Amino acid sequence: MTSLSPPANKLWWNEPIEKTELLWISLVFVWGLVMTFMMPFWHITGDQNLSTETYRTTPEAFLAKAQKMVDKYTVRKDGPRQTPVVKPPAGSDVYLVARLWDWWPSLELQKGQSYRFHLSSMDWQHGFSLQPANINIQVLPDYEHVVQFTPNKTGEYSVICNEYCGIGHHLMIGKIYVVD
Amino acid sequence: MDNQQFRVCPDTGLKFFRSAEALMKANAVAAVVFLLVGGIYGLGVGLTRWPAVHLLQADQFYLALTAHGINVLLFWCIFFEIAVLYFCSSVLLGCRLAAPKVAWAGFALMLIGALMNNYVVLQGNASVMFTSYAPMEAPPLFYLSLILFAVGALFGCFVFFGTLVIAKNEKTYEGSVPLVTFGAITAAIIAVFTIVSGAIILIPTLAWSVGLISHIDSLMYRLVWWAFGHSSQQINIAAQIAVWYAIASIVFGAKPMSEKVSRMAFLLYILFLQLASAHHLLVDPGVSSEFKMFNTSYAMYLAVMASMIHGLTVPGSIEAAQRAHGFNSGFFEWLRKAPWGNPTFSGMFISLIGFGFLGGITGVVMGAEQINIIVHNTLYVPGHFHATVVLGTTLAFMAFTYWLVPILFRRELIMKGLASWQPYLFGLGMSGVALFMMGAGTLGVPRRHYDISFSGTGGIVHEFPAAANTLMALNGLSVLLAVIGGASFCIIIVGSLLFGKKLGENEKCSVSMITAPPAEEAYEGIGKGPITVPGTLVLAMIFFVSFAVYYFINWKYLAETWGIG
Repeated sequence: MTSLSPPANKLWWNEPIEKTELLWISLVFVWGLVMTFMMPFWHITGDQNLSTETYRTTPEAFLAKAQKMVDKYTVRKDGPRQTPVVKPPAGSDVYLVARLWDWWPSLELQKGQSYRFHLSSMDWQHGFSLQPANINIQVLPDYEHVVQFTPNKTGEYSVICNEYCGIGHHLMIGKIYVVD
Repeated sequence: MDNQQFRVCPDTGLKFFRSAEALMKANAVAAVVFLLVGGIYGLGVGLTRWPAVHLLQADQFYLALTAHGINVLLFWCIFFEIAVLYFCSSVLLGCRLAAPKVAWAGFALMLIGALMNNYVVLQGNASVMFTSYAPMEAPPLFYLSLILFAVGALFGCFVFFGTLVIAKNEKTYEGSVPLVTFGAITAAIIAVFTIVSGAIILIPTLAWSVGLISHIDSLMYRLVWWAFGHSSQQINIAAQIAVWYAIASIVFGAKPMSEKVSRMAFLLYILFLQLASAHHLLVDPGVSSEFKMFNTSYAMYLAVMASMIHGLTVPGSIEAAQRAHGFNSGFFEWLRKAPWGNPTFSGMFISLIGFGFLGGITGVVMGAEQINIIVHNTLYVPGHFHATVVLGTTLAFMAFTYWLVPILFRRELIMKGLASWQPYLFGLGMSGVALFMMGAGTLGVPRRHYDISFSGTGGIVHEFPAAANTLMALNGLSVLLAVIGGASFCIIIVGSLLFGKKLGENEKCSVSMITAPPAEEAYEGIGKGPITVPGTLVLAMIFFVSFAVYYFINWKYLAETWGIG
């Protein structure tokens, strides 16, 4: 009797399990426990645990907070779009606006210092993708997600969008500079 | 019972009821047609993402990507799965199909939905991707077309369940349903859950798009949409594994190593796989870590365990049968002497290996809450699911189709030489697609992105490592190879249905279409000592070590990036 026909033994649930199967099931079960354990373990010991601190917001309210930061801490203008480059104090709140189709403003951060990033979208869903650090976070409208970042290397970083957001999706790019 | 209602297959002895036969043919043909359409769009996508070629314009690219995803992920897979459901109920249980008219109505709804969707997307203002994330908006007909398709598929599920009831009442089989049917029941139960989730999200979205509802919350949309979007991939897994078991029995006369283990594993899918939206929300705001960790693992990764069990028992059952047939020496004689020129077998085996090593491992790794930070929405994700849905599901369905041509359609296969190569072409091409996309994703290359050279931004660019461009070119070459393999399949199948030699009602096919199971006594003393399937155990251990090593490598990658809190 094959898998295409009813089991030959009507009481198939009483048949013994093959040794190979038992061995494998035990191994795989333990492996599942190991993988389950790794996630809380990393919460305790790892440095990369995404905060879940989130607030309801509106595009207007969020943009107003970002504008306030830009007015206060802009140090220069940058690139063909004359994007303000903001140098917020270490440890402060940093507002990054996602909208069709740019990340606003540009930022200058200090290596080894921590910043409270606030992420939200003015319109559709976007994907915060920090390269080459390869940190990827979903950005939604009406939600303000607060994430703490601690840059560990100096250099020029790009924020690209990796959630499809219409015909200009591939034009959406912003800059973060990390300095000593 | 009236003999006119069914025919007995001269090759397999299976009973084909006329009512079910025509429906299986219609669904299978529709499936192949949408595979062809989706494949052509896929070629456009692959050639555009090849930096040196960059074939399409941006609007065409996003249109093609939307159409590619929906045609293959939904239409090809689900049309074929409806055919599989009817096969696993009516044919395997030797029973008439319940309510063929309802089944035809379901087929018509699915076809109308699929055609309407292609029409709407081709208009150009519904390039919202397979996921159509609100608040990005598509025309109402886009959502309506998906709802029609889903309702049609739901009809198919009900006809399947009805057929099971008829078989039980009319006592067309004894004892429990066959394992393959059990797998199909798993698929159908998950399908009902999937379609209900789809209704819960798509109906309000339709109402929103016509102005009846003012607001769709983006996070709520993602949570519920993925209960539909991911679960539809769980239908694929359950159906694909049912097909693996079926092919193992067809080609080798294999029986399950133990019915209990295999059925329990299917049951675990129903219990632990279907609420899979959480692992798409691992880097979303507003979702707690506890929710993410629990839902991605169910505290024990029991659904992963189920897949790993099938991954052992399917080749294990083949090995045992081969050993019982006399290929009992060494670790791998059973595998060496398998019919590698038979596309039904080679397709199934490549599907098994590709699904496990490329699709399975990567899926679990990127589903770990924190590792997802370095993977989410990069090209790694489509790399992963091309290994599961294409290398796994699609290749398994292709393999099964080669067998169905003479058995169900009563035509001889044409171009048998090409057919024996086809799974290798497609398998190799698609393995390349999966690997190179995952490689590019590891370097941060985004998915669903028209231009990673940022040539249109007026000078604000990001330079990916040079290797990323090389990987995208290799991906493009792999796409070409996979498309040649996929096109060969469509040509062989459509050609066989049109021009293949017709087989008479009682005419046997030229080759052996089903292998008689080895005698029970032949299973005595196979393998090495107490281990009846040592070769499979070795393969499983290689798999396990690869899995564990790769898993911890990714934690190391994660540890190297910025501190995130």
